[in-house]
Amino acid sequence: MIVSKKIVLHFPGRLVDRPIISRLIKDFDLNFNILKASILPDEEGLLVMELSGEQNNYDKGIRYLTHTGVKIQSLSQNVLRNEDRCTHCGACVTICPTSAFELDIKSRKVTFNNEKCIACGLCIKACPPRAMEVHF
Amino acid sequence: MVRTIEEINEKIKQGRAVVATAEEIIGIVNEKGLQQAAREVDVVTTGTFSPMCSSGAYFNIGHAKPRIKLGGGRVYLNDVPAYAGFAAIDLFIGSNALPDDDPRNRLRPGEFNYGGGHVIEELVAGKDVQLVATAYGTDCYPRKKLETWINIKDLNQAVLFNPRNAYQNYNVAVNLSDKTIYTYMGILKPRLGNASYSTAGQLSPLFNDPLYKTIGIGSRVFLGGGIGYVAWHGTQHCPDVPRTKGGVPTRPAATLALIGDLKQMSPRWLVGASMIGYGTTLAVGIGTPIPILSEEILKFTTVTDADILAPVVDYSKAYPQCKPDIVAEVSYAQLKSGSINIKGKDIPTASMSSYSRALEIATTLKEWIQNGRFLLTQPVAPLPAAGSGYELNPLKERPIRQ
Repeated sequence: MIVSKKIVLHFPGRLVDRPIISRLIKDFDLNFNILKASILPDEEGLLVMELSGEQNNYDKGIRYLTHTGVKIQSLSQNVLRNEDRCTHCGACVTICPTSAFELDIKSRKVTFNNEKCIACGLCIKACPPRAMEVHF
Repeated sequence: MVRTIEEINEKIKQGRAVVATAEEIIGIVNEKGLQQAAREVDVVTTGTFSPMCSSGAYFNIGHAKPRIKLGGGRVYLNDVPAYAGFAAIDLFIGSNALPDDDPRNRLRPGEFNYGGGHVIEELVAGKDVQLVATAYGTDCYPRKKLETWINIKDLNQAVLFNPRNAYQNYNVAVNLSDKTIYTYMGILKPRLGNASYSTAGQLSPLFNDPLYKTIGIGSRVFLGGGIGYVAWHGTQHCPDVPRTKGGVPTRPAATLALIGDLKQMSPRWLVGASMIGYGTTLAVGIGTPIPILSEEILKFTTVTDADILAPVVDYSKAYPQCKPDIVAEVSYAQLKSGSINIKGKDIPTASMSSYSRALEIATTLKEWIQNGRFLLTQPVAPLPAAGSGYELNPLKERPIRQ
Protein backbone atom coordinates (compact mmCIF):
# COMPACT_ATOMS: atom_id res chain seq x y z
CA MET A 1 0.00 0.00 0.00
CA ILE A 2 1.28 3.44 -0.96
CA VAL A 3 1.26 6.08 1.77
CA SER A 4 1.95 9.78 1.57
CA LYS A 5 2.33 12.00 4.62
CA LYS A 6 3.39 15.55 5.34
CA ILE A 7 5.93 15.62 8.14
CA VAL A 8 8.12 18.10 9.98
CA LEU A 9 11.70 17.02 10.72
CA HIS A 10 13.88 18.64 13.37
CA PHE A 11 17.59 17.98 12.89
CA PRO A 12 19.92 18.50 15.86
CA GLY A 13 22.94 20.70 15.11
CA ARG A 14 25.31 17.71 14.78
CA LEU A 15 23.30 16.29 11.83
CA VAL A 16 22.91 19.44 9.78
CA ASP A 17 26.02 18.81 7.63
CA ARG A 18 25.29 15.12 6.94
CA PRO A 19 23.38 13.76 3.92
CA ILE A 20 20.32 12.09 5.39
CA ILE A 21 17.31 12.65 3.18
CA SER A 22 19.13 11.27 0.14
CA ARG A 23 19.26 7.86 1.85
CA LEU A 24 15.47 7.79 1.94
CA ILE A 25 15.57 7.46 -1.87
CA LYS A 26 18.64 5.26 -2.15
CA ASP A 27 18.02 2.80 0.66
CA PHE A 28 14.27 2.88 1.14
CA ASP A 29 12.92 3.70 -2.31
CA LEU A 30 10.88 6.62 -0.99
CA ASN A 31 9.81 9.75 -2.81
CA PHE A 32 9.72 13.20 -1.28
CA ASN A 33 8.69 16.76 -1.99
CA ILE A 34 10.41 19.39 0.14
CA LEU A 35 8.00 22.14 1.18
CA LYS A 36 10.23 24.15 3.45
CA ALA A 37 13.82 23.94 4.71
CA SER A 38 15.74 26.20 7.04
CA ILE A 39 18.63 26.25 9.46
CA LEU A 40 17.86 28.05 12.68
CA PRO A 41 20.30 30.28 14.63
CA ASP A 42 21.29 27.47 17.01
CA GLU A 43 22.21 25.38 13.94
CA GLU A 44 19.18 23.17 14.34
CA GLY A 45 17.68 22.20 10.99
CA LEU A 46 14.00 22.27 10.09
CA LEU A 47 12.56 20.46 7.10
CA VAL A 48 8.94 20.19 6.07
CA MET A 49 8.24 17.58 3.42
CA GLU A 50 5.76 15.23 1.94
CA LEU A 51 7.14 11.67 2.10
CA SER A 52 5.59 8.87 0.08
CA GLY A 53 6.19 5.23 -0.84
CA GLU A 54 5.20 1.66 0.11
CA GLN A 55 3.96 1.50 3.72
CA ASN A 56 6.67 -1.01 4.53
CA ASN A 57 9.44 1.21 3.15
CA TYR A 58 7.89 4.31 4.67
CA ASP A 59 7.99 2.75 8.15
CA LYS A 60 11.61 1.69 7.64
CA GLY A 61 12.55 5.15 6.44
CA ILE A 62 10.93 6.78 9.46
CA ARG A 63 12.73 4.31 11.74
CA TYR A 64 16.03 5.19 10.07
CA LEU A 65 15.41 8.93 10.59
CA THR A 66 14.45 8.41 14.23
CA HIS A 67 17.56 6.26 14.91
CA THR A 68 19.77 8.89 13.33
CA GLY A 69 18.45 11.43 15.83
CA VAL A 70 15.87 13.33 13.74
CA LYS A 71 12.74 14.34 15.62
CA ILE A 72 9.58 13.78 13.54
CA GLN A 73 6.17 15.37 13.85
CA SER A 74 3.13 15.30 11.66
CA LEU A 75 2.66 18.66 9.92
CA SER A 76 -0.95 18.87 11.01
CA GLN A 77 0.23 19.30 14.61
CA ASN A 78 2.08 22.47 13.65
CA VAL A 79 -0.49 24.54 11.79
CA LEU A 80 -3.37 25.53 14.00
CA ARG A 81 -6.40 27.74 13.79
CA ASN A 82 -7.21 29.77 16.89
CA GLU A 83 -10.93 29.06 16.98
CA ASP A 84 -11.56 31.99 19.33
CA ARG A 85 -10.19 34.45 16.77
CA CYS A 86 -11.53 32.99 13.53
CA THR A 87 -14.66 34.85 12.44
CA HIS A 88 -15.33 32.55 9.45
CA CYS A 89 -15.19 35.41 6.95
CA GLY A 90 -13.37 33.57 4.17
CA ALA A 91 -10.39 35.86 3.51
CA CYS A 92 -8.12 32.77 3.55
CA VAL A 93 -10.17 30.65 1.16
CA THR A 94 -8.82 31.93 -2.16
CA ILE A 95 -5.33 32.64 -0.82
CA CYS A 96 -4.43 29.09 0.24
CA PRO A 97 -2.56 27.39 -2.65
CA THR A 98 -3.72 23.90 -1.65
CA SER A 99 -7.40 24.68 -0.92
CA ALA A 100 -7.03 23.68 2.72
CA PHE A 101 -9.78 26.16 3.57
CA GLU A 102 -13.27 25.74 2.24
CA LEU A 103 -16.48 27.61 2.86
CA ASP A 104 -19.09 25.06 3.87
CA ILE A 105 -22.10 26.01 1.75
CA LYS A 106 -24.55 24.87 4.41
CA SER A 107 -23.13 26.26 7.66
CA ARG A 108 -21.38 29.19 5.88
CA LYS A 109 -18.40 28.42 8.09
CA VAL A 110 -14.83 28.07 6.88
CA THR A 111 -13.46 24.58 7.38
CA PHE A 112 -9.70 24.02 7.77
CA ASN A 113 -8.35 20.71 6.53
CA ASN A 114 -4.83 20.59 7.92
CA GLU A 115 -4.10 17.38 5.98
CA LYS A 116 -3.98 19.54 2.84
CA CYS A 117 -1.83 22.24 4.47
CA ILE A 118 1.79 22.60 3.29
CA ALA A 119 2.70 25.19 5.95
CA CYS A 120 3.54 27.88 3.38
CA GLY A 121 2.27 30.53 5.81
CA LEU A 122 0.34 32.60 3.25
CA CYS A 123 -2.84 32.45 5.32
CA ILE A 124 -1.20 33.87 8.41
CA LYS A 125 -1.01 37.44 7.18
CA ALA A 126 -4.03 37.15 4.90
CA CYS A 127 -6.23 36.50 7.94
CA PRO A 128 -7.63 39.83 9.20
CA PRO A 129 -8.14 38.71 12.85
CA ARG A 130 -4.85 36.73 12.70
CA ALA A 131 -6.41 33.41 13.63
CA MET A 132 -3.84 31.16 11.89
CA GLU A 133 -0.74 30.05 13.76
CA VAL A 134 2.29 28.02 12.69
CA HIS A 135 4.36 26.48 15.48
CA PHE A 136 7.55 24.62 14.54
CA MET B 1 -52.75 44.96 6.75
CA VAL B 2 -51.36 47.88 8.70
CA ARG B 3 -49.54 47.60 11.97
CA THR B 4 -47.85 50.24 14.16
CA ILE B 5 -44.59 50.13 16.07
CA GLU B 6 -46.57 50.71 19.31
CA GLU B 7 -48.64 47.59 18.60
CA ILE B 8 -45.50 45.56 17.91
CA ASN B 9 -43.89 46.81 21.14
CA GLU B 10 -47.01 45.86 23.10
CA LYS B 11 -46.70 42.31 21.74
CA ILE B 12 -42.95 42.26 22.51
CA LYS B 13 -43.67 43.26 26.14
CA GLN B 14 -46.22 40.46 26.40
CA GLY B 15 -43.73 38.00 24.91
CA ARG B 16 -46.05 37.37 21.95
CA ALA B 17 -44.13 38.99 19.11
CA VAL B 18 -43.52 36.80 16.07
CA VAL B 19 -40.00 37.34 14.80
CA ALA B 20 -38.10 35.82 11.86
CA THR B 21 -34.61 36.41 10.53
CA ALA B 22 -34.21 37.87 7.04
CA GLU B 23 -33.14 34.38 5.93
CA GLU B 24 -36.13 32.58 7.50
CA ILE B 25 -38.65 35.06 6.15
CA ILE B 26 -37.88 34.04 2.56
CA GLY B 27 -39.17 30.51 3.21
CA ILE B 28 -42.09 31.70 5.35
CA VAL B 29 -43.41 34.01 2.62
CA ASN B 30 -42.84 31.34 -0.04
CA GLU B 31 -44.92 28.92 1.97
CA LYS B 32 -47.70 31.13 3.33
CA GLY B 33 -47.90 33.91 0.80
CA LEU B 34 -47.30 37.59 1.43
CA GLN B 35 -50.72 38.40 2.90
CA GLN B 36 -50.83 35.69 5.52
CA ALA B 37 -47.14 36.07 6.44
CA ALA B 38 -47.66 39.82 6.90
CA ARG B 39 -50.54 39.13 9.27
CA GLU B 40 -48.42 36.70 11.31
CA VAL B 41 -44.91 38.16 11.41
CA ASP B 42 -44.22 41.31 13.44
CA VAL B 43 -40.49 41.80 13.01
CA VAL B 44 -37.73 40.63 10.65
CA THR B 45 -34.15 40.78 11.94
CA THR B 46 -31.01 41.33 9.86
CA GLY B 47 -27.30 41.02 10.56
CA THR B 48 -23.86 41.80 9.22
CA PHE B 49 -20.33 41.27 10.50
CA SER B 50 -17.47 42.77 8.54
CA PRO B 51 -14.44 45.03 8.78
CA MET B 52 -15.78 48.59 8.84
CA CYS B 53 -12.94 51.08 8.79
CA SER B 54 -14.90 54.20 9.71
CA SER B 55 -15.34 53.05 13.29
CA GLY B 56 -14.00 54.46 16.50
CA ALA B 57 -14.74 55.17 20.13
CA TYR B 58 -14.63 58.12 22.47
CA PHE B 59 -13.92 58.14 26.19
CA ASN B 60 -13.93 60.36 29.20
CA ILE B 61 -11.14 59.08 31.44
CA GLY B 62 -11.93 61.02 34.64
CA HIS B 63 -9.91 63.93 36.08
CA ALA B 64 -6.45 63.26 37.49
CA LYS B 65 -5.14 64.98 40.63
CA PRO B 66 -3.65 67.45 39.90
CA ARG B 67 -5.62 68.04 36.73
CA ILE B 68 -4.24 67.63 33.20
CA LYS B 69 -5.67 69.08 29.99
CA LEU B 70 -5.18 66.43 27.29
CA GLY B 71 -6.92 68.66 24.75
CA GLY B 72 -4.20 70.09 22.49
CA GLY B 73 -1.67 67.61 23.87
CA ARG B 74 -0.67 64.16 22.72
CA VAL B 75 -2.24 60.92 23.93
CA TYR B 76 -1.39 57.29 23.23
CA LEU B 77 -3.38 54.17 24.12
CA ASN B 78 -1.09 51.12 23.96
CA ASP B 79 1.21 53.29 21.82
CA VAL B 80 -1.61 54.03 19.34
CA PRO B 81 -2.29 57.77 19.03
CA ALA B 82 -5.74 58.93 20.14
CA TYR B 83 -7.33 62.22 19.07
CA ALA B 84 -7.16 64.78 21.86
CA GLY B 85 -8.66 67.87 20.29
CA PHE B 86 -11.58 68.06 22.72
CA ALA B 87 -11.99 69.33 26.26
CA ALA B 88 -9.65 68.28 29.03
CA ILE B 89 -10.10 64.51 29.28
CA ASP B 90 -12.17 63.45 26.30
CA LEU B 91 -10.43 61.24 23.73
CA PHE B 92 -11.35 59.61 20.44
CA ILE B 93 -9.58 56.65 18.89
CA GLY B 94 -10.19 55.51 15.32
CA SER B 95 -9.83 51.93 14.11
CA ASN B 96 -7.15 52.83 11.53
CA ALA B 97 -4.80 54.65 13.96
CA LEU B 98 -1.28 53.17 14.09
CA PRO B 99 1.60 53.45 16.54
CA ASP B 100 4.10 56.16 15.50
CA ASP B 101 6.84 53.53 15.19
CA ASP B 102 4.81 51.07 13.10
CA PRO B 103 6.79 50.49 9.88
CA ARG B 104 3.54 50.80 7.87
CA ASN B 105 4.19 49.99 4.19
CA ARG B 106 7.91 50.79 4.29
CA LEU B 107 8.49 47.16 3.37
CA ARG B 108 5.52 46.23 1.22
CA PRO B 109 3.22 44.70 2.14
CA GLY B 110 3.21 45.97 5.73
CA GLU B 111 1.78 43.67 8.39
CA PHE B 112 -0.22 46.17 10.48
CA ASN B 113 -0.44 43.88 13.46
CA TYR B 114 -1.79 46.38 15.97
CA GLY B 115 -3.80 49.58 15.74
CA GLY B 116 -6.85 51.46 16.94
CA GLY B 117 -9.23 48.59 16.17
CA HIS B 118 -7.21 46.31 18.43
CA VAL B 119 -7.18 48.91 21.24
CA ILE B 120 -10.99 49.06 21.07
CA GLU B 121 -11.22 45.25 21.12
CA GLU B 122 -8.91 45.04 24.17
CA LEU B 123 -10.85 47.72 26.04
CA VAL B 124 -14.16 45.97 25.32
CA ALA B 125 -12.61 42.69 26.49
CA GLY B 126 -11.98 44.37 29.87
CA LYS B 127 -8.18 44.39 29.47
CA ASP B 128 -6.07 47.13 31.02
CA VAL B 129 -4.75 49.58 28.42
CA GLN B 130 -1.74 51.92 28.82
CA LEU B 131 -2.43 55.63 28.54
CA VAL B 132 0.59 57.89 28.01
CA ALA B 133 -0.05 61.60 27.59
CA THR B 134 1.84 64.86 27.39
CA ALA B 135 0.22 68.26 27.73
CA TYR B 136 1.37 71.89 27.84
CA GLY B 137 0.07 72.80 31.31
CA THR B 138 -2.18 75.72 32.24
CA ASP B 139 -3.06 77.54 35.45
CA CYS B 140 -6.18 75.43 35.89
CA TYR B 141 -4.69 72.21 34.45
CA PRO B 142 -1.08 72.33 35.65
CA ARG B 143 0.04 68.79 34.91
CA LYS B 144 2.16 68.06 31.83
CA LYS B 145 2.58 64.29 31.93
CA LEU B 146 0.36 61.32 32.64
CA GLU B 147 1.22 57.63 32.46
CA THR B 148 -1.40 55.22 33.76
CA TRP B 149 -3.30 52.01 33.12
CA ILE B 150 -6.93 52.52 32.26
CA ASN B 151 -9.78 50.03 32.20
CA ILE B 152 -13.17 50.39 30.53
CA LYS B 153 -14.98 49.77 33.83
CA ASP B 154 -13.38 52.91 35.34
CA LEU B 155 -14.03 55.24 32.40
CA ASN B 156 -16.87 57.72 32.89
CA GLN B 157 -18.02 57.20 29.33
CA ALA B 158 -16.89 54.75 26.68
CA VAL B 159 -18.93 55.15 23.52
CA LEU B 160 -18.58 53.44 20.17
CA PHE B 161 -19.25 56.05 17.49
CA ASN B 162 -18.86 54.91 13.92
CA PRO B 163 -19.27 57.55 11.20
CA ARG B 164 -19.84 54.97 8.44
CA ASN B 165 -21.10 51.41 8.88
CA ALA B 166 -23.42 48.89 7.26
CA TYR B 167 -22.79 49.91 3.64
CA GLN B 168 -25.80 49.10 1.50
CA ASN B 169 -24.07 47.02 -1.17
CA TYR B 170 -20.38 47.06 -1.94
CA ASN B 171 -17.85 46.47 -4.70
CA VAL B 172 -16.58 43.02 -5.58
CA ALA B 173 -12.83 43.55 -5.80
CA VAL B 174 -10.66 41.97 -8.50
CA ASN B 175 -7.18 42.61 -9.88
CA LEU B 176 -6.66 42.93 -13.64
CA SER B 177 -2.95 43.70 -13.35
CA ASP B 178 0.02 41.33 -13.51
CA LYS B 179 1.07 41.60 -9.88
CA THR B 180 -0.51 40.76 -6.54
CA ILE B 181 -2.07 43.75 -4.79
CA TYR B 182 -2.88 44.26 -1.12
CA THR B 183 -6.13 46.09 -0.43
CA TYR B 184 -8.79 46.63 2.20
CA MET B 185 -10.66 43.90 0.31
CA GLY B 186 -7.81 41.50 1.07
CA ILE B 187 -5.06 40.05 -1.10
CA LEU B 188 -6.02 40.19 -4.78
CA LYS B 189 -4.13 37.84 -7.04
CA PRO B 190 -3.07 38.98 -10.52
CA ARG B 191 -5.02 38.44 -13.74
CA LEU B 192 -8.41 37.91 -12.08
CA GLY B 193 -6.93 35.33 -9.70
CA ASN B 194 -9.69 35.81 -7.14
CA ALA B 195 -12.65 38.03 -6.31
CA SER B 196 -13.44 39.44 -2.89
CA TYR B 197 -16.85 40.66 -1.73
CA SER B 198 -18.03 42.11 1.52
CA THR B 199 -21.67 42.07 2.47
CA ALA B 200 -23.97 39.51 4.01
CA GLY B 201 -26.28 39.69 0.97
CA GLN B 202 -29.86 38.70 1.75
CA LEU B 203 -29.23 39.02 5.50
CA SER B 204 -27.64 42.47 5.34
CA PRO B 205 -29.56 45.32 7.09
CA LEU B 206 -30.09 47.82 4.29
CA PHE B 207 -30.80 45.24 1.57
CA ASN B 208 -33.92 44.34 3.53
CA ASP B 209 -35.18 47.90 3.82
CA PRO B 210 -33.76 49.20 0.55
CA LEU B 211 -35.74 52.45 0.46
CA TYR B 212 -35.26 53.23 4.21
CA LYS B 213 -38.98 53.00 4.95
CA THR B 214 -38.47 51.83 8.54
CA ILE B 215 -34.86 52.60 9.49
CA GLY B 216 -33.96 56.20 10.25
CA ILE B 217 -32.23 58.47 12.69
CA GLY B 218 -32.94 57.20 16.20
CA SER B 219 -33.57 53.57 15.22
CA ARG B 220 -32.43 51.15 17.93
CA VAL B 221 -30.10 48.42 16.64
CA PHE B 222 -27.80 45.58 17.69
CA LEU B 223 -24.30 47.11 17.77
CA GLY B 224 -21.16 45.26 18.78
CA GLY B 225 -23.13 42.86 20.98
CA GLY B 226 -24.92 45.67 22.81
CA ILE B 227 -27.62 48.16 21.99
CA GLY B 228 -26.89 51.07 19.71
CA TYR B 229 -28.72 53.69 17.71
CA VAL B 230 -28.62 55.19 14.26
CA ALA B 231 -27.09 58.61 14.97
CA TRP B 232 -27.23 59.95 11.43
CA HIS B 233 -26.91 58.76 7.87
CA GLY B 234 -23.32 57.62 7.48
CA THR B 235 -20.57 59.42 5.62
CA GLN B 236 -20.58 58.80 1.85
CA HIS B 237 -24.34 58.05 2.05
CA CYS B 238 -25.42 57.99 -1.60
CA PRO B 239 -29.03 56.92 -2.16
CA ASP B 240 -29.30 58.02 -5.81
CA VAL B 241 -27.75 55.02 -7.54
CA PRO B 242 -29.09 52.51 -10.09
CA ARG B 243 -31.52 50.07 -8.50
CA THR B 244 -33.21 46.81 -9.42
CA LYS B 245 -37.00 46.64 -9.92
CA GLY B 246 -37.21 45.61 -6.26
CA GLY B 247 -35.52 48.85 -5.22
CA VAL B 248 -32.20 47.21 -4.30
CA PRO B 249 -29.21 49.39 -5.21
CA THR B 250 -26.71 47.82 -7.58
CA ARG B 251 -23.89 50.10 -6.37
CA PRO B 252 -22.67 51.09 -2.90
CA ALA B 253 -25.48 53.33 -1.61
CA ALA B 254 -26.76 54.14 1.87
CA THR B 255 -24.59 54.02 5.01
CA LEU B 256 -25.33 54.44 8.72
CA ALA B 257 -23.56 56.39 11.45
CA LEU B 258 -24.01 54.32 14.60
CA ILE B 259 -23.53 55.06 18.27
CA GLY B 260 -23.77 52.94 21.41
CA ASP B 261 -22.45 52.27 24.90
CA LEU B 262 -19.14 50.43 24.49
CA LYS B 263 -19.39 49.18 28.07
CA GLN B 264 -22.27 46.84 27.10
CA MET B 265 -20.52 45.46 24.03
CA SER B 266 -18.44 42.34 23.57
CA PRO B 267 -15.12 41.44 21.90
CA ARG B 268 -16.96 38.74 19.95
CA TRP B 269 -18.67 41.49 17.98
CA LEU B 270 -15.87 44.08 17.85
CA VAL B 271 -12.76 42.41 16.51
CA GLY B 272 -9.51 44.25 15.75
CA ALA B 273 -8.34 43.29 12.27
CA SER B 274 -5.16 43.64 10.20
CA MET B 275 -5.36 44.02 6.44
CA ILE B 276 -1.93 43.16 5.05
CA GLY B 277 -0.48 46.04 3.01
CA TYR B 278 -3.41 48.28 3.96
CA GLY B 279 -3.78 48.94 7.67
CA THR B 280 -5.74 48.07 10.75
CA THR B 281 -9.49 48.16 11.11
CA LEU B 282 -12.35 46.94 13.25
CA ALA B 283 -14.80 44.17 12.35
CA VAL B 284 -18.19 45.30 13.64
CA GLY B 285 -21.34 43.28 14.25
CA ILE B 286 -24.60 45.06 13.42
CA GLY B 287 -28.19 43.88 13.34
CA THR B 288 -31.36 45.84 12.62
CA PRO B 289 -34.99 45.03 13.34
CA ILE B 290 -37.49 45.68 10.57
CA PRO B 291 -41.02 46.24 11.87
CA ILE B 292 -43.49 44.62 9.47
CA LEU B 293 -45.82 47.61 9.21
CA SER B 294 -47.26 46.61 5.85
CA GLU B 295 -47.14 43.95 3.16
CA GLU B 296 -44.92 46.25 1.12
CA ILE B 297 -42.32 46.34 3.90
CA LEU B 298 -42.51 42.57 4.30
CA LYS B 299 -42.01 42.16 0.54
CA PHE B 300 -38.71 44.04 0.75
CA THR B 301 -37.42 41.63 3.44
CA THR B 302 -37.92 38.63 1.15
CA VAL B 303 -35.04 39.74 -1.05
CA THR B 304 -32.72 36.82 -1.90
CA ASP B 305 -29.08 36.64 -2.89
CA ALA B 306 -30.17 36.06 -6.49
CA ASP B 307 -31.99 39.45 -6.50
CA ILE B 308 -28.98 41.45 -5.32
CA LEU B 309 -26.39 42.60 -7.86
CA ALA B 310 -22.95 43.98 -7.08
CA PRO B 311 -20.41 45.73 -9.30
CA VAL B 312 -17.09 44.01 -9.97
CA VAL B 313 -14.34 46.62 -9.76
CA ASP B 314 -10.66 46.45 -10.73
CA TYR B 315 -8.64 47.46 -7.67
CA SER B 316 -5.37 47.66 -9.60
CA LYS B 317 -6.47 50.62 -11.72
CA ALA B 318 -10.12 51.75 -11.78
CA TYR B 319 -10.46 51.98 -7.99
CA PRO B 320 -7.18 53.75 -7.15
CA GLN B 321 -7.62 56.15 -10.09
CA CYS B 322 -11.21 56.85 -8.98
CA LYS B 323 -12.69 55.82 -12.32
CA PRO B 324 -16.32 54.70 -12.47
CA ASP B 325 -15.61 51.71 -14.78
CA ILE B 326 -16.90 48.34 -13.71
CA VAL B 327 -15.77 44.97 -15.02
CA ALA B 328 -19.13 43.21 -14.65
CA GLU B 329 -22.21 42.90 -12.47
CA VAL B 330 -22.76 39.68 -10.52
CA SER B 331 -25.40 38.45 -8.07
CA TYR B 332 -24.71 37.44 -4.48
CA ALA B 333 -26.04 33.99 -5.34
CA GLN B 334 -23.20 33.69 -7.87
CA LEU B 335 -20.65 35.12 -5.43
CA LYS B 336 -21.70 32.71 -2.69
CA SER B 337 -21.48 29.70 -5.03
CA GLY B 338 -17.69 30.01 -4.67
CA SER B 339 -16.90 31.19 -8.18
CA ILE B 340 -17.96 33.77 -10.75
CA ASN B 341 -17.32 33.80 -14.47
CA ILE B 342 -15.79 36.95 -15.91
CA LYS B 343 -14.36 37.32 -19.39
CA GLY B 344 -14.75 33.56 -19.82
CA LYS B 345 -12.66 32.80 -16.74
CA ASP B 346 -13.90 31.07 -13.58
CA ILE B 347 -12.73 33.14 -10.66
CA PRO B 348 -12.83 31.82 -7.09
CA THR B 349 -14.69 34.12 -4.71
CA ALA B 350 -14.26 34.78 -1.01
CA SER B 351 -15.88 37.12 1.46
CA MET B 352 -14.46 39.64 3.90
CA SER B 353 -17.82 39.57 5.66
CA SER B 354 -18.74 36.59 7.84
CA TYR B 355 -22.15 35.22 6.88
CA SER B 356 -22.21 32.76 9.78
CA ARG B 357 -21.61 35.61 12.25
CA ALA B 358 -24.24 37.73 10.47
CA LEU B 359 -26.72 34.91 10.93
CA GLU B 360 -25.77 34.64 14.60
CA ILE B 361 -26.49 38.37 15.01
CA ALA B 362 -29.89 38.17 13.27
CA THR B 363 -30.75 35.18 15.48
CA THR B 364 -29.55 36.90 18.67
CA LEU B 365 -31.58 40.02 17.89
CA LYS B 366 -34.60 37.81 17.18
CA GLU B 367 -34.18 36.20 20.63
CA TRP B 368 -33.78 39.59 22.32
CA ILE B 369 -37.08 40.71 20.78
CA GLN B 370 -38.84 37.43 21.61
CA ASN B 371 -37.65 37.68 25.22
CA GLY B 372 -38.85 41.28 25.58
CA ARG B 373 -35.29 42.59 25.94
CA PHE B 374 -35.35 44.79 22.88
CA LEU B 375 -38.15 47.20 21.93
CA LEU B 376 -38.41 48.90 18.56
CA THR B 377 -38.19 52.65 18.08
CA GLN B 378 -39.87 55.04 15.70
CA PRO B 379 -37.17 56.99 13.82
CA VAL B 380 -37.11 60.68 14.70
CA ALA B 381 -36.08 61.64 11.16
CA PRO B 382 -35.73 59.71 7.90
CA LEU B 383 -32.47 58.96 6.09
CA PRO B 384 -32.04 60.90 2.85
CA ALA B 385 -33.71 58.63 0.28
CA ALA B 386 -33.47 58.14 -3.46
CA GLY B 387 -34.71 61.22 -5.27
CA SER B 388 -33.93 63.49 -2.32
CA GLY B 389 -31.07 65.06 -4.24
CA TYR B 390 -28.55 63.94 -1.61
CA GLU B 391 -25.24 63.41 -3.43
CA LEU B 392 -21.79 61.95 -2.99
CA ASN B 393 -19.24 64.17 -4.68
CA PRO B 394 -15.56 63.64 -5.36
CA LEU B 395 -13.07 66.16 -4.03
CA LYS B 396 -12.70 69.23 -6.20
CA GLU B 397 -8.99 69.83 -5.87
CA ARG B 398 -7.89 73.44 -5.97
CA PRO B 399 -4.10 73.62 -5.98
CA ILE B 400 -2.63 76.04 -3.47
CA ARG B 401 -0.23 78.48 -5.13
CA GLN B 402 1.88 80.61 -2.84
